[in-house]
Amino acid sequence: MTRSLRGQSAIVGIGTAGMGEAPGRSGIEILAEAGLNALGDAGLRLSDVDGVFSASSAHAFPTTSVGEYLGLKPSFFDGTMVGGASFEMHLLQAAMALDAGLCKVALICYGSNQRTAGGRLVSMSEPQWHETPYQARHPITAYALAASRHMHQFGTTRAQMAEVAVAARAWANMNPDAFARGPLSIDDVLSSRMVSDPLSTRDCCLVTDGGAACVVVRADRAKDHPKPPIYLLGAGAAQWHRSIVTMPDLTVTAASESGARAFQMAKLKQSDVDLVMLYDAFTINTILFLEDLGFCPKGEGGRFVGGGRIAPGGELAVNTNGGGLSCVHPGMYGLFLIIEAVTQLRRQAGERQLKKVDVALCHGNGGHLATQITALLSTSATL
Amino acid sequence: MKNAPGQPTPTGQAGLGPEAQFQAFLAEGRFMIQRSASTGKFVFFPRVAIPGSGETDLEWIEAKGLGTVYAITVNRAREGSWNVALVDLDEGVRMMSRIVNVETVAIGTRVKARIEPLNGQPAVVFDVLSPGVAR
Repeated sequence: MTRSLRGQSAIVGIGTAGMGEAPGRSGIEILAEAGLNALGDAGLRLSDVDGVFSASSAHAFPTTSVGEYLGLKPSFFDGTMVGGASFEMHLLQAAMALDAGLCKVALICYGSNQRTAGGRLVSMSEPQWHETPYQARHPITAYALAASRHMHQFGTTRAQMAEVAVAARAWANMNPDAFARGPLSIDDVLSSRMVSDPLSTRDCCLVTDGGAACVVVRADRAKDHPKPPIYLLGAGAAQWHRSIVTMPDLTVTAASESGARAFQMAKLKQSDVDLVMLYDAFTINTILFLEDLGFCPKGEGGRFVGGGRIAPGGELAVNTNGGGLSCVHPGMYGLFLIIEAVTQLRRQAGERQLKKVDVALCHGNGGHLATQITALLSTSATL
Repeated sequence: MKNAPGQPTPTGQAGLGPEAQFQAFLAEGRFMIQRSASTGKFVFFPRVAIPGSGETDLEWIEAKGLGTVYAITVNRAREGSWNVALVDLDEGVRMMSRIVNVETVAIGTRVKARIEPLNGQPAVVFDVLSPGVAR
């Protein structure tokens, strides 16, 4: 008999730091500030933390770097590195560790200065030898290949992908923390510089600085903290490949498995979800994940996002912070999905606050459409 | 001695792993891929076993060299533009490559392999064989 993790853990603190540009500060400095902000939000002190979860593009041993910097001696730690989805995996790992009594206060944290440090995506990702001669410029080459296939197979258009970027910008325009604000039209996206056909600069996520952290405790302790707890109702993971060459079908991601697993654990269905937070490193991601997570049929994602359906005022609220496309993307974005979900579920999202929001889906994507991790969060109303 | 396409080459160079063996064949001007002798399954990129099912009875076969473009992009950089394609070989495996002498081609285009130096190392590239047929 297995024991479900549904509702057994809750996020009781969130924090960010250095959003956008943080000149003169290192990645771990930004991470530490975010961590302290999250602990303050949870009404906790550093000395309460006995679980550390982190991934990094700059630290080979992230949990030791974090522990040393903050002076932590954790009894449990996990540095699972699956790219930008790592932090959704950490949420699942933390839930397991808390449930097993291996730690009581889990701090999940990330920070990067990759905009002000160089302005380019920083990655420790090793080249794949069988790809090397062809000078792929990952990650964009991999995502452009997937987009080319989706267009070929389903008739998806660049204008439909542009809808994703325009919707993200419209949300960002209501978020004071968003880095890219201001008007953006379909034509602006279509006429922006082509980087890797069919993806132009406006189909690509930002490169920003930024740090984020969240504090997770057991559900039976969650009400001891100042802010309303946000419960983890379900999480599921799936991975099928490393190199884009071995992805079985470029139009179907492992989100089709991770999402189903998360919904099953949470005992929820798509129509229960009020907010959908999808890892939008490129515009095609949003379309693929809406399909693979069951919000529309396979191949219909391009048409689904048309007519402002995922923009403010649309039928489905997607990426209400502005996403990786317009809010923040410091190399790995996964933790920021959780920050926005908790902010919305706490009803602290200001101008962009959704009226009805009790369940949020966070979907992390890592590598070249490789690792997919879905988490479902809720207020106590859905527990 | 060179085998005819489709004929197995049972032995590679002693001591070389599949990655080094593939590269050594390329350096000799041969595009070789692996096949399980017992099940007939092909694999690419070269490995020590068929992924998922684990057959280790792999022999090297000269690829027929015919394939179909599955996906393609054009990288547009300051230093120039070049395409990166995924090509499905007729043997049923997929590889990354470049379609040479064209900026880009339609998905579904039939292509034929040859070996040419790319950035200082021998690599499999493809020429357009016939105009695109969507599939």
